[in-house]
This record gives sequence, C-alpha cells and structure tokens, in this order.
Amino acid sequence: MELLQALHYGFLQRALLASVFIAILCATLGVFLVLKRFSLIGDGLAHVAFGSIALGLLLRMYPFYVSIPVVMLSSLWILKLSEKERLFGDTAIGIVSASGIAIGVLFASIAGGFNVDLFSYLFGNILAISRLEVAAAIVLSLGVLVLIKLFYYDLFSVTFDEEYAKVSGINVKRINTMLILLTALTVVLAMKIVGTMLVSSLLIFPAAVALQLSRSFTSTILCSSLVAVVTVLSGIVVSFIFNLPTGATIVLLNLLSFIAALAYKKFTS
Amino acid sequence: MPVKSALAVENLYFAYQSNEVLTDVTFAVAPGDYTGIVGPNGSGKTTLVKLILRLLQPLRGRISVFGEDARDFSAWHKIGYLPQKITAYNFQFPATVKEIVGLGLLSQKSSPRRITPSDEKAVDSVLSLLGIESIKDVPVNKLSGGQQQRVFLARALVHEPQLLILDEPTLALDPDIREKFFITLQELNRDRGVAILLVTHDIGTIGKYASKLLYLDKRIVFYGGFDAFCASADASEYFGPFAQHIICHRHD
Repeated sequence: MELLQALHYGFLQRALLASVFIAILCATLGVFLVLKRFSLIGDGLAHVAFGSIALGLLLRMYPFYVSIPVVMLSSLWILKLSEKERLFGDTAIGIVSASGIAIGVLFASIAGGFNVDLFSYLFGNILAISRLEVAAAIVLSLGVLVLIKLFYYDLFSVTFDEEYAKVSGINVKRINTMLILLTALTVVLAMKIVGTMLVSSLLIFPAAVALQLSRSFTSTILCSSLVAVVTVLSGIVVSFIFNLPTGATIVLLNLLSFIAALAYKKFTS
Repeated sequence: MPVKSALAVENLYFAYQSNEVLTDVTFAVAPGDYTGIVGPNGSGKTTLVKLILRLLQPLRGRISVFGEDARDFSAWHKIGYLPQKITAYNFQFPATVKEIVGLGLLSQKSSPRRITPSDEKAVDSVLSLLGIESIKDVPVNKLSGGQQQRVFLARALVHEPQLLILDEPTLALDPDIREKFFITLQELNRDRGVAILLVTHDIGTIGKYASKLLYLDKRIVFYGGFDAFCASADASEYFGPFAQHIICHRHD
C-alpha cells in the first residue's frame, strides 16, 4: 500500500523511468564488453568520470558537461594504448583508471575537500534525478540503442572473431571505437543510478547472469536486458521501502541473480 | 582471352622485424584449382595466408585476387576463410550454429549489415549441404570438435565463395573425421568448381586430393603435382627416404 502511494511521487517515477532505459543500455553493451574480455573498462571509465566530476564541481560547471567529453576522450586513449602501444587491455584500463581517481582526489582537495555533491556521484543518487536529466538519459539511451541495433551484426561478428570480421570486410577498428565511445557515454549516464564506485556492476552482472542461462547470442542480449531492468527497478523500490542506499541495493540484487543463475545452471546441467 | 587467376602472388617478401619469414614467393591459383600448402613449423604458411587476406601487409611484392590488387579488393564474398585458430574458440561464447554460419553472409553486405529471411534460407541450404541441418539451433559450444569444424566450414561457404582458403582445418580432428572433411572439400572443388588453397601438415592426405602442392620453407621449395613432388629430391628431404616411400606409394 505504502509502495503504491510512493509510486505517485514524481521523483520516484522519474527514477524508475530513467533507470529502465539506462539498465537496458548497460545490459546490452555489457554483453559485448564481457565477451570481448573488456568488462573492466566500465570501472576504469567510472574512475575517470569521478575525476571529471570533481573538475566540474571545482569549475562550478554542471558535472555531466565536463564528464561526457572527458570520459569519451579517455575511452579513446584506452583503445589507443591497447592497440598502438601493445599494452594489454587491463593494463591500459588500470593506467587511465588510476589517473582518473588521482586527478579527482587532487581537484577535490583543491576545492577544499569532498562535499555532498561529490559523494552523491561516488555512490549514486537516482532518487534525486531531475526532469532534465531524465530527458537526457532517455534521449541518449535511445540514440545508443538505435546505433547498437543498426550495427548489431558488425558488433556480433567483431566480438566473436575480429580476424574473421576483417576478412568479411568489416571495419573492425571503427566498430571497436564505436563500442568504446558508447560505453563511455553509458558510464556517465549510469553513474547517476549506482555511482562511479559501482557503475561497472551494471555492465557486468546482467551479462554474466545471461551467459549462464542463454543458448544464443540474441537471447543473451534479451536476457541480460531483462535481468538489468528487474534488478534495477526492484533495487530502487526495495531501497526506498527499507531506506537503504539505492546503488548498493541494486548491486546486491544483481549478485543474488548471479548466484541464482549459477545454481540453476548447476542443477539443470 | 586469358583466364583470370583466382589468386596470384608475385615476388612476395615478409619479415617480422628483422626475422625474414617469406622470401620471393610467387605462385598462382586458377579457378577450380586445389592447391595444398605444406611445410615445417615456422615455414611461413600461416603468414602467407594472412598476407593474402590482408591481415598482414607485405614488405614487398604483389598479391592479386580475382585480377584485382589485394589492396583495392573489396569483393570479400568471393573468398571463404576457415582459420586455424578455431581450436582457440571461446567456449563461453553463446551462439547457435545458425547465428555463427549467418556471420559468413556479412561479407556480401554493406554497412549497416542485416540478416534477412532469404539469408536464413542460404544458411539452411549450406547446413544441409554439409549434413548438419539438424543441429542449427544448438549452441556451438555444445558440439564436438568435428561438428564445430563443419560449422565453421559452413560459415566459410554460406556466401558461395569462388576461392576457399583453409589454414590447418583438420588440426584437432580424429583421423576418420579428417578423412570425411577432405572428401567434403573434394566434392566442393569437383562439383561446384570452388578453388581451394589449403594449408596443412598432413601431406600424405592432401597429396591424395590436391591437384598442386606448394612446399614452403620461407621460400618456395617445390610447386607442382604430388607425383612430381614424390619423384623429386625435395620429397626425400622433407619426409626422409623411408616415409617418402610409404606416403608416396600409398596413393598408387
């Protein structure tokens, strides 16, 4: 009853609406990233986002205006380091990630220490999402999902076997660049839900659950999206009812889903 | 009018840094040819395949595919490719047989690429040709090595290529499955006129099917028919005299 009443609150409606789009986006991209063994890029870029938010707060600019270009440029740097400089992907992510955190701490220190705003980005605060942020999240999510739909088979082929994709005439470099830029944009959007500390969980957990349960590539993407939507929505509701931190609740529900999927696979195989 | 080669390699050189891997390699594959490339480990066989497919850039020399310089070649659907590394296939990857075979059709499409209902018919048709239509909805990671190899062959054939390039396709297969695989290739070559370029260690088996043999050891040591190879001093050097006798006379 209390829940039904709560659903009339505008802030909760906004939180649920934005979360559905961002959850589907993270879950879809997550499948490609996990299968390409590049899943920790979400973590690395989230750390960069932390640095860029600290910069935004220091400059008294809206943090997302700073984060989006900075995180996208950093994602390209990770790609360049791993392709051109022959660094392993995790090393490239580690370099960019640590730099992002260090820069964030430095800026926060210059600004006179951590403040409430910075903490809300660290751990997320979806219930405080504004109308403008909801609109931006929906428009950007739809844009990214349309791009994924358009280049679905190119992404599938490159994720499965880059060499064969090249021989098929697919521009592998362009597809990888697109994937990493879309991931950067998604990380910035998802930060509002779970915060920079936990954003990679939205990319990794739903995909990891789907990989335990699905038989085909298409069903993996659908299953991953479903898991993400269910865990994010139920996480918001549960955290609201029991007055828990939303981001952490969502991540723990994802963990429960993963354990359940592992158990299901064990008992059915 | 002269027949255009499916593949022509002229004075090709390649090196990994200072380590020269291929030196002055020249040969051609005509439409309908069945050429086997053999040679010891590290002789440059896989490097040669990667150069042909533009996965590597040559140091010097020229490669033409269907009469066109490989650098400008865009009709990738004319080539089917079965890579060596399927032995390193990611067994976590969730994909059904028909999804993987469908990827072979992307080479004949321009971006953004789509799989249409008529493409699905082409997938069914090639699965039927290779006798694996019953497993089209099965995840590839649930199949045996022999079945997986047929799936990847189906991916290489689904767009009806005129030249099929295979790199050690039978490496992880049992002898009886290997023999069936070679028979399938022979039928494709004989009945459909598909030119085949096959890299293998298995010279005894390839000698039975290929019309030409290219023995590579960083440079071309021998290029001609199997019988001529057996009669040459190169064969004795390659096998040793005892094995040469057994392998070369196995096909008499």
